[in-house]
Amino acid sequence: MSETKGINPEIVGRVYPAREVFQVGREHIRDFARAVKAENALHFDVEAAQQAGYADLVAPPTFAIILAQKADAALIQDPGAGIDFSRVVHADQRFTHHRPIVAGDELSTEVHVDKLRAMGAGAMLTTREEIKDAAGQPVATCVSSLLVRGES
Amino acid sequence: MKVQFENLEKGEEIGSRDISVTRADLVRYAGASGDFNPIHWNERFATEVGLPGVIAHGMFTMGAAVQLVTDWVGDPGAIMDYQTRFTKPVPVPDAQGAENPATGGNVISVSGTIGALDEEARTARVDLTVSAPDTEGKEQKVLGKAQALVQL
Repeated sequence: MSETKGINPEIVGRVYPAREVFQVGREHIRDFARAVKAENALHFDVEAAQQAGYADLVAPPTFAIILAQKADAALIQDPGAGIDFSRVVHADQRFTHHRPIVAGDELSTEVHVDKLRAMGAGAMLTTREEIKDAAGQPVATCVSSLLVRGES
Repeated sequence: MKVQFENLEKGEEIGSRDISVTRADLVRYAGASGDFNPIHWNERFATEVGLPGVIAHGMFTMGAAVQLVTDWVGDPGAIMDYQTRFTKPVPVPDAQGAENPATGGNVISVSGTIGALDEEARTARVDLTVSAPDTEGKEQKVLGKAQALVQL
């Protein structure tokens, strides 16, 4: 299977169920906000977030990447998938928010393998992470494309 | 000053900013995001896999760039959808002389314009232009099709 870099084509369509519940803490949100140089008060000040109508601190727009990458580990560590993570480059990323993530959320993430196609000497793998809250309601959908580079 | 949908025009600029990024910023982002890929902190490893040296996490650039939109609209929860392609790496060189490890690094330039308006949904699509100098000092587009959909 040289055209998809040794990745098992049968993983397409596979779903990796959530393995754990991610509890979103205020300090998670504050730390991540500082790390992306965000300064908006709704990430740091609980009172400001509540005055703006939110239950608690609001996560930055790319916060869900923490959950997506944690959940992707199930796929990457699956020996049956055949992905050499040392050759993986992040090609594109999309976040669709069904509602904002706030502190106190208890989230679980399911990984869907949507696409695998040959790209020159390498392969492009598209995964979708569906994030739901404790009530099972959709919170965010992340779509990531990873380029698995060919031999150089 | 709150952004009013009625006052927006397609093609209008929402502003611009420069974001500095140092090795210290990458360590902070690695910790906050859980992405400890050594290409973002280990020069030897980065060079061995064919990179010009340590590079920023694509997700650092994506996460920091959208702050222009968050600060423009004033509410991180208003960003319903955000996507990008990672077109070129952002090299983050170590400090010259190294008297202070928080010096050195690179500068990411971000500017945003209104790319589309949807009157029915009351959404604005902000298109971001994001660039940084490569190792030769030549300014390169580091994100492609960086678009944030904002609910107003």
